[in-house]
Amino acid sequence: MDSNGSGQITDAAERYKSGVIPYKKMGYWDADYVPKETDVIALFRLTPQPGVDPEEAAAAVAGESSTATWTVVWTDRLTAAELYRAKAYRVDLVPNTGPGTNTEAQYFAYIAYDLDLFEEGSIANLTASIIGNVFGFKAVKALRLEDMRLPVAYLKTFQGPATGIIVERERLDKFGRPILGATVKPKLGLSGRNYGRVVYEALKGGLDFTKDDENINSQPFMHWRDRFLYSMEAVNRASATTGEVKGHYLNVTAGTMEAMYERAEFAKSLGSVIVMIDLVIGYTAIQSMAKWARDNSMILHLHRAGHGTYTRQKNHGINFRVISKWMRMAGVDHIHAGTIVGKLEGDPNMVRGFYDILRESHNDVNLERGIFFEQPWASLKKVMPVASGGIHAGQMHQLVHYLGEDVVLQFGGGTIGHPMGVQAGATANRVALEAMIMARNEGRDYLNEGPKILDDAAKTCAPLRAALDTWKDITFNYASTDTPDFVPTTTGSI
Amino acid sequence: MITNPTGRLTQGQFSFLPDLTDEQISAQIKWALAHDWAVSIEYTDDPHPRNTYWEMFGLPMFDLKDPAAILMEINEARKTFPNYYIRVMAFNSTRGVESPAMSFIVNRPANEPGLGLSRQEGQGREIRYGFHAYATDKPEGERY
Repeated sequence: MDSNGSGQITDAAERYKSGVIPYKKMGYWDADYVPKETDVIALFRLTPQPGVDPEEAAAAVAGESSTATWTVVWTDRLTAAELYRAKAYRVDLVPNTGPGTNTEAQYFAYIAYDLDLFEEGSIANLTASIIGNVFGFKAVKALRLEDMRLPVAYLKTFQGPATGIIVERERLDKFGRPILGATVKPKLGLSGRNYGRVVYEALKGGLDFTKDDENINSQPFMHWRDRFLYSMEAVNRASATTGEVKGHYLNVTAGTMEAMYERAEFAKSLGSVIVMIDLVIGYTAIQSMAKWARDNSMILHLHRAGHGTYTRQKNHGINFRVISKWMRMAGVDHIHAGTIVGKLEGDPNMVRGFYDILRESHNDVNLERGIFFEQPWASLKKVMPVASGGIHAGQMHQLVHYLGEDVVLQFGGGTIGHPMGVQAGATANRVALEAMIMARNEGRDYLNEGPKILDDAAKTCAPLRAALDTWKDITFNYASTDTPDFVPTTTGSI
Repeated sequence: MITNPTGRLTQGQFSFLPDLTDEQISAQIKWALAHDWAVSIEYTDDPHPRNTYWEMFGLPMFDLKDPAAILMEINEARKTFPNYYIRVMAFNSTRGVESPAMSFIVNRPANEPGLGLSRQEGQGREIRYGFHAYATDKPEGERY
C-alpha cells in the first residue's frame, strides 16, 4: 500500500475504497504539516482509550471535528477534501503522565483547520466544529480543549467587545485604579424596594458598581421591572450624593431573545450604563446582546454561570482560557475570570493567563500561564476581567499585585457583611483600594507592606478598621485542580 | 452639604483619602513621568458627573519632565483658582490606550453643596433623572 511518511494512503483508488480505515491513513495526521498563518489551531489534551495510538487518536479528533465520518465516503472526491481535512500535526506526552506515574498517559495534540471551514463572525459555527461531536467520541477516553490560536483574518470578522476597557473608563470617568463592585445579597428573596436599598448604600458608600446575581431574573418575590426601577432610583440617588457616575448591572437574562431585548431596552430607557447577561444564554444570544450593546452605548457584563461544569476538571472539557478567547470575540465587556485569593477555583498562574488573554493587545507564548500560542488580537477591544467570590479589603495588596489595575474587584460579602452596615463596608473597600493604589504609585513595596498600609489607612477610617478585624484570618487555601503542565517546576496532574 | 461618607465630591483616584500633601502629589507625578505620561491640570466650578471637559490650566505638559516644575504649575493653579475643583490628570498615548491613565483632585471649594436629583415621572412608573449642581445656579466664576 502506498503511503507517505505520516501514514496517509496516497493512492486515490486505495484511499477511497469503501470500508473503514484508520483516521491517520485517511489524511487527518500529517507530521510534516506547517500551519498557515490563516489556520485556526486547536490544542487538545487527549487521553486515548487503552491501546489506541495517540497519533491515531489525534487524527480521529481532527477527523470528527472537520470532515470525517466513521467510514470512507466516495462523496469526499467531489470536494477539495485535502484542504477541508483538519490536520493533527503534533502530539506531545503531557509531563507527569503515562508510564512511571500515577496518571494514565495524556497527550497534547495540535490540530490545524483551514479558515474556509468556518463561517465569519459566528462563535456558534466555530464551536460546532471544534467541540461539536468529538467530546463524546469513543476512541478517546477524555478530551479537553486547552487553547486555540485564532488567525487575525478570522478575528477581523468579529465585532469584539461592545465597549472595551478604555471606553468604559472614559464613560465612567474612572481612571488609574481598579473598579469596585459588589453583588447584592441575598441573591434571592429581596423585594424590589429592599433590593434597591442595598444598591443605594453600597454605591453611596464608595463602590462604582453593584450587580445582580446570575440567577436573579424575574421571580415571584421580585419581577424584573421592579428591580430595574428601584435599582435605578438607587443608582441615581448615589450619583447625586457623590458626584460620580455609578451603575448597577441589570441582569437581562431571560427565556427568549425577545424578552432579553425588552429588558435591555427598559434598562436603557432608565439611563443605566450597563446591562448583564449569563453565559448560560448561549453563544449566539451573547453575540446578539453584544451587538445590541454596541448599538446602544451600553457596557455588557457577562457572568460565567455554568462554566465550572466543563472548565474545572483537568482531563475533560474546555479550559477557561478558551472561553475567555471566545467571549472576547463574541463581544462582552466584563467577564468573571477568577480572583486568585478568593473562594473560587483558580491557580494564580492560570488566572493571570486568563487576564492576559482578556486585556492584552498581543499574547506571547507563556507556558507558565498556560498560554500555548502567540495571539495577536487584531485591535479587538479589551475585556475587563471581574474578580468576584470571597475577597475582602484585607487582601487589597494581593489583589492589586496579582490582578493589576484594569479589573473590577467585586466584594459582595465583603461589603454587605460588614459589621457596621453596607455603606461602611463599601467605604472600607474604597479606602483600602485608594490607599493601596497611592502606595503602589509612590513606589512602595506594597505587596509586602500591604498589611501596614491598610492599618495606616484604617487610622482615619473606622469602617476599614472593622473590616480588617472581621476578616483578618479568612483565606481559602485549597489546592487548585487546574494547574499548568509546562512550567519549569512541573505540577502533578490530578 | 454632600452627605456621602467623605462629605465631599468623590470623583478621582484619591477622594476617600485625606487631602494629598505636596510631597504625595510629587510622588504621583513621578509615577506618571516614569510611564512617559503627560501630566495635565484642569479646573472647574461644575461638579456634575458628566461634566467631562474641565477647563485646561494650559496644555498637557508633554515636554516637562521635572516633577518639581509640575508641582509649581499645580500650585500656581491653586493660587489662581482657590475655590475651584482642580484635578491632575495623566495622558497615556500608547496605541490601544490613548486615554487618561490618572485623575485625582488636588483642590476643592471650601464648601461643597453637591448636587440635587430631579425626577420627571413618566408612564409605567418610569422616571427620568437629572442631576443639578447647586453651585451652577450662579454664573460661572461666582459659584463658590
